[in-house]
Amino acid sequence: MEALTQLVMQASEFSADEAKSISAAASAGLAYGLAAIGPGIGIGFLVGKSVEAMARQPEAAGLVRTTMFLGIAFTEALALIGFVVFILLKFA
Amino acid sequence: MNAPTPPSSKTPATLRHEDPMTIRFEGPSPEVRISKDLARRGLYVAPAVVGIAALIWGVSGAVSALFALGLVIVNFAGSAALISLAAKISLGMVLGATMFGYLIRLAVIFAAVWIVADAPWISIPALGATIIVSHLGLLMWELRYVALSLAHSGLRADNPITPIS
Repeated sequence: MEALTQLVMQASEFSADEAKSISAAASAGLAYGLAAIGPGIGIGFLVGKSVEAMARQPEAAGLVRTTMFLGIAFTEALALIGFVVFILLKFA
Repeated sequence: MNAPTPPSSKTPATLRHEDPMTIRFEGPSPEVRISKDLARRGLYVAPAVVGIAALIWGVSGAVSALFALGLVIVNFAGSAALISLAAKISLGMVLGATMFGYLIRLAVIFAAVWIVADAPWISIPALGATIIVSHLGLLMWELRYVALSLAHSGLRADNPITPIS
């Protein structure tokens, strides 16, 4: 964070406060973006395997869809934690 | 009279079997039942959540907690509706709808928070804490009432809350 602030100050004519707010916004965006990648991969993997299971055994689709829905919701919690970190950095 | 000709061994398998990606599921969807149950439990705990937030963060905390709880319930409902609609079309659509649904729902939550972030009645720590706690808390609570069996997919038959059909 401190290094990013100094980098922004060196690269432009911004004041210290402006550079700090710019680096805070950049860090928040980076945190949110990185936090969304992992759950995205996880949900893709989860849904891909669930679709494969439903295609193989359509009679078990209800069970697979139940576990898939809960799995998606739990995985999405990771993205929401990243989002909360983002809003705390950006707005609080 | 000629004998019936046997099916040709050169017939591709895709012509004899239904393509898995075009399988679709009609009827009641377990996701919608679970999301309705989650919403109902969310409404049950709403007074307690708002009360705790009010004690810690004051009036703005209470309003923010209510807003966050609404966001979480709408997020569950949106996810269930997307999967349910997609399952009525095809399995391939489930795959696409889930991935794009994830992006769209994150964008909707982002936009909802962005719009109210500068409002005088919002408390960002209360909003963030309620989003995480209510999302995970409702899910953990719901796990007790979800049936993981082929006989009763979705909610358990002995669910104390009568499911909405």
